[in-house]
Amino acid sequence: MMKIRRNQMLTIITLIVLVIFLYWLNAHRHQNGMLVSVLTKGVILSLVAVSMNLLNGFTGLFSLGQAGFMSIGAYTTAILLIPVKNLDGVYYMNGISPSIRAFKELVAASPQAVQILFPFFALLLGGLLAAFAAALVGIAVLRLKSDYLAIATLGLSEIVRAIFSSPQFDQITNGSYGLNKIPNFPVMLWGAIPSLITPFIIVAICIVFMVMLIKSSYGRAFKAIREDEIAAQAMGINLFKHKEMSFVISSFFSAISGGLLAMYMRSIEAKTFSITMTYDILLIVVIGGIGSVTGSILSAFLVTAAKEWWLRFFDQPLVIGGWHVPLFKTGFRMVIFSLLLMTVVLIYRKGLMGTNEFSWDRLIARFTKRRSAKGGAK
Amino acid sequence: MSEILLSTEHITMQFGGVVAVDDLNIQIEKDKITALIGPNGAGKTTAFNVITGGYQATNGMVTFDGTVIGENYPRAKMKKIYNGSYKTPYEKQVVNTPDKITRMGMARTFQNIRLFKELTVFENVLIAKHCHIKAGLFSSTFTLNRAEEQKMQDDTAALLEKVGLLENKDDISSSLPYGKQRRLEIARALATGPKLLLLDEPAAGMNPKETEELSAFIKEIKESFNLTVFLIEHHMNLVMEISDHIYVLDYGKTIAEGNPTEIQNNPAVIRAYLGDEEL
Repeated sequence: MMKIRRNQMLTIITLIVLVIFLYWLNAHRHQNGMLVSVLTKGVILSLVAVSMNLLNGFTGLFSLGQAGFMSIGAYTTAILLIPVKNLDGVYYMNGISPSIRAFKELVAASPQAVQILFPFFALLLGGLLAAFAAALVGIAVLRLKSDYLAIATLGLSEIVRAIFSSPQFDQITNGSYGLNKIPNFPVMLWGAIPSLITPFIIVAICIVFMVMLIKSSYGRAFKAIREDEIAAQAMGINLFKHKEMSFVISSFFSAISGGLLAMYMRSIEAKTFSITMTYDILLIVVIGGIGSVTGSILSAFLVTAAKEWWLRFFDQPLVIGGWHVPLFKTGFRMVIFSLLLMTVVLIYRKGLMGTNEFSWDRLIARFTKRRSAKGGAK
Repeated sequence: MSEILLSTEHITMQFGGVVAVDDLNIQIEKDKITALIGPNGAGKTTAFNVITGGYQATNGMVTFDGTVIGENYPRAKMKKIYNGSYKTPYEKQVVNTPDKITRMGMARTFQNIRLFKELTVFENVLIAKHCHIKAGLFSSTFTLNRAEEQKMQDDTAALLEKVGLLENKDDISSSLPYGKQRRLEIARALATGPKLLLLDEPAAGMNPKETEELSAFIKEIKESFNLTVFLIEHHMNLVMEISDHIYVLDYGKTIAEGNPTEIQNNPAVIRAYLGDEEL
């Protein structure tokens, strides 16, 4: 009981510290540009990583369609949110479909309240569209197992990308020119939550939902399917229904993450959501630990920071005492990054967290153990 | 004659040209223990899989608790190569997936234990309770079904206590000793609330002492859960001790049926197990 109390206190304190830190960061965002962008991208990727983990790590469905569903969310959000005054500039080649323009003008002319909520509606709509697409596709592809499912979903994600960049949809998606002038994250609660903090709040809500789902009876049924499909079915679990649920929910949150990514990058094109994107997410999931939510979150931040920030040093030419060190030029960072990944995977065979979740007990035990080891008393 | 809970009519299962189960007619009386025995490869597990919905019979019908749960006739390519000894095809097609049949009240265990290995003993049983959940995905996620969830947890604890696994409830299921894994698998099947329990070689790999414990355990749960039991088994001691009625399969065909004494003295059974007397 005491321990639970203590852990709750620690969690609350950590959350408060985090919130204070975010507000501090918001006040000093201009001096800390790199930190802001790494944290924002990290939090967005952690949402899609957790949603991929729900599918791959908890339901045991090896799916590689994340980028496709992200692009549905990103495009929906972008198309709905580009300001009317920028439309001609963005769709300078083919013009925009008149019905979309009419709808956007209608929104622009509507009361203030509608306009404030509209970005959230756009995110939600993107999620729902992706969920709907997943439900339809799921009927066909969820009959497949393991590697075959991976290939089918990979193909699916490429089809979505091809559709978005095809000339037939020029007036909606602007084809291969992509979309830009996408507004930044909206503020929440009449400015009480500044735009910088909005993605953190949205992602936190989504991840909490997924964690609660995993802990519920349905989440347990997902795990049963992961452990042994035949046994799960013999225990009365409708395989198709539960797989479909997991697939749809995972796709919904991938699309939310895609929408947030569009707001973060301010301009998107179909190429952004190529297979490489899915691999990046898969990498985060594997490094964090397949089947660990906190692992995915942790690794999303670590991987983003390592890739975009901490290793920048290797991209600059380095001169020591007049000697120009070879290899230090643009692109070398990725070599080091890959080496680091291999090392991490070799040391942590099951990812940083394995299938465990973060717990204060373990963290404290770890520190106390280390201290006693240092003291020589074992 | 008491009520029949499960019956199969002319069940024939043919894979390609091989008839694995041929014209199987079984009647399982309510509240009795029925056994299906036979040498290796006789088609016992196949028969189980047909009954529980894992396979669809090539020809024949399965009735459970007054409802037809599976019926089929040779179709497409099978029409030409069908080679069962019961020639008259059935007319309808009734397909039920294993999960649906489980929810109707028929639970099974597996020959090679299939636990949810990485999950705890408690979770293994709790998952089996999921099949009768009333709450939807969202009310379950937002814990709006607190009473239902609590009942699931309490029932699981009570069930574990009954089968003597409560002390192991937080152990990872694959870390249990073999005998307890078997017991857990039966407990998990019981958690689905079955009327009929199908046990596929529950004593496989057990020593004589464990087997004795198992036969006491089967009798005990049969009484306390009001079960009808249908089992496949190789351990003759176990079968003869607990069964009320026995069917003997060999090469897919039913070669004998009767009570334990009749089976023990049946020349066809002796021949199937020990071979012909040398001339």
